[in-house]
Amino acid sequence: MTDLYLPDAAATHALGVELGRRCGAGDVLAAEGPLGAGKTSLAQGLARGLGVPADHYVNSPTYAILQIHPGRVPFCHVDLYRIEDPDEAYGLGLEESVGTDGVAYVEWPRRLPDLIPPDALWIRLTPEGTGRRIVLSAQGGRGARILEAFAAARKTPSS
Amino acid sequence: MRVLAIESSCDETAAAIVTDGHCVLSDVVATQTAVHAKYGGVVPELASRNHVVDIVPVVQQALATAGLDWPEVDAIAVTRGPGLVGALLVGLQVAKALAYALNKPLVPVHHLAGHLHAVYLHGPTEPRPAGPAFPHLALAVSGGHTALYRVDASDRVTQIANTRDDAAGEAFDKVARMLGLGYPGGPVVERGARGGDPSAHTFTLPRFKDGGLDFSFSGLKTAVLTVVQRRGALPEGQDLADLLASFQAAAVAQLVDRTVAATQAHGLRDVVLAGGVACNTALREAARAALLPRGGRVHVPPPRWCTDNAAMIAGAAHAAALRLAGAGHDPADRRINASGTWRLTAA
Repeated sequence: MTDLYLPDAAATHALGVELGRRCGAGDVLAAEGPLGAGKTSLAQGLARGLGVPADHYVNSPTYAILQIHPGRVPFCHVDLYRIEDPDEAYGLGLEESVGTDGVAYVEWPRRLPDLIPPDALWIRLTPEGTGRRIVLSAQGGRGARILEAFAAARKTPSS
Repeated sequence: MRVLAIESSCDETAAAIVTDGHCVLSDVVATQTAVHAKYGGVVPELASRNHVVDIVPVVQQALATAGLDWPEVDAIAVTRGPGLVGALLVGLQVAKALAYALNKPLVPVHHLAGHLHAVYLHGPTEPRPAGPAFPHLALAVSGGHTALYRVDASDRVTQIANTRDDAAGEAFDKVARMLGLGYPGGPVVERGARGGDPSAHTFTLPRFKDGGLDFSFSGLKTAVLTVVQRRGALPEGQDLADLLASFQAAAVAQLVDRTVAATQAHGLRDVVLAGGVACNTALREAARAALLPRGGRVHVPPPRWCTDNAAMIAGAAHAAALRLAGAGHDPADRRINASGTWRLTAA
């Protein structure tokens, strides 16, 4: 588990870039936190870390539910905010974009628990003062590997 | 040229028949009709299988309302993207089946090209709107989009600005939900804002250091949340009306600010407001108040063609349908697939 305090949106974005650099095809990141906690800022950082071009808009997929951005691998940005019952997501094809050939970042993951693989990297964002606290955790597998690579890179900032 | 179009890119299942790209003979949207009642009650709003349930009765109703028989349909149009592939495929498969069975051209249409075309539509007994001249500016503003386009021709569209975070309609929905007002947020916020003081709360107009005309609504949403949290209770009565009026005024001010700046930067006079948020009266009035004194013209479709519908898809397909009918279409053209990430412009 990694626990960090991020003072502003720029720090959230920078953390996203760092995480994105360490993700590869098949990885799933599940992001939890209330409205305004910085989930979109983190997504924008992830996109840059995954090589999505800087002039490519990475905006909220709340209405569309899924947006796929072109990067080093596809960046699949999922937002389940509008899904109130798992039944509503039936047949939308989300499972084709999560844990497959791209990196999936899922907001409001508890709305559709079956979509999230057991070895996902969980990201919990909580507003704290003028910034936010972020807790990263994983139960082995891919999520744990991202977390290890991330922690190792932070110990040697030159990498 | 009569085009039957199907739209299933997001929540709505819709079918319509439009003559010559502008005259709407029929326009059926599943969630706005009694189609659901037939299946006994409320079904989840978003499910792709709702499209499956609704699509055939919706298409049949479009044909019946237009008073046409199948041989009288000259072409089939369908929204190919962007949207959820699972949802798009339902409309696409039905459109393909119809095109094969009737041996008619199949025209794939971009969802936003449809929204930008809605301003040219009219009912059979209504006068044909003059419509904007080319080039013009279009503000596409809905739950999923907030973008400005320069439209040089119906098939030559360049994006000028986009939202960097949330769409404007999404901000209306999320503010309505955080205040316990229900869904969809646009109409409930507009109603709740009546009698409210738009200057009760000051929300700052976002500006970007790079001077771009992009939009941002995430900060406004969070600012409203901060007001609510500081009070420790949900506002009621006049307090609620004041907060909603202030939020709506800030959202509208940003949309109009960028729109006016874009008309000046591109030397454009005609402005189209499109998408679900174009139903908002405060936006329509503010856009007119800002643009008319500058010699601008504002074109807004009636509300029924601002929200998702198939008439706009049929209208936008007209030129391509004419071309395909004239040149003789190739059955291979029907081998199109859904494109969830289809972009309207290369810019």
